Amino acid sequence: MSDMRIRAQASGNQATVRVLMTHEMESGQRRDAAGKLVPAWHIQDLSISHNGRPVMTAEWGPAVSKNPFMQLVIKGAKAGDKVGISWRDNRGEIRSQEAVVA
Amino acid sequence: MNTRRIALQQSLAVAGLLATAGLWPGRALAFTKAAFDAKNMAEAVRALGGQPPMASKDISLEVPEIADNGAAVRVSFSTTLPRVQRMLLLAEKNPSPLVAVFNVNENIEPSFIINTKLSESTDVLAVAMLADGRVLFTKKPVKVTLGACGN
Repeated sequence: MSDMRIRAQASGNQATVRVLMTHEMESGQRRDAAGKLVPAWHIQDLSISHNGRPVMTAEWGPAVSKNPFMQLVIKGAKAGDKVGISWRDNRGEIRSQEAVVA
Repeated sequence: MNTRRIALQQSLAVAGLLATAGLWPGRALAFTKAAFDAKNMAEAVRALGGQPPMASKDISLEVPEIADNGAAVRVSFSTTLPRVQRMLLLAEKNPSPLVAVFNVNENIEPSFIINTKLSESTDVLAVAMLADGRVLFTKKPVKVTLGACGN
């Protein structure tokens, strides 16, 4: 659970959401000590919800930086609302986290 | 009492997790592999069902002029155009140029910040795919001192 940090801040009629995820985001371009290509390993799908309702999805390739940072803005979100973020990587691992808009 | 409250909180947290994870079955097929395998913007946009992209001043893109470290380059992009369906971020000279696709609707401001890897000095492109079928883009160069190919 410690591998995603979400900060959601309401301002006017919207909330700015900043997310810091923990993931290796291996590019698939790197070679190990033995000269073998290390396979790509990256977050592939994301889903963002506002008070339980899906509002956005994203697709990422391996060029998103290690320990990804993302900022987005949800319209109509206010203090006390819930923002949920889920990701799935290309190995099928899933993480979900929820935060309350401040 | 305390432990009971904690247990209750935990089970609520788990229920929330499962509810969110429950989004996946319907979304599991979202990843558009052909777009991420594409070798340039036109190919990537076509793989996502879009028309040939046209340059536009209505998309704003902020990148550093010089990036000392290509492993994490902060990019901001947004548009004031109405009825945006998708925002794309690409790095032209990366082995796979498409970095990320954001599928948005009227609940989301088409405005994002993300950290990306750049393998070498390159043009960075931000693309907006609109509901009326138009595909618009803008681009900016980034000079990379230390590339991210080894990362």
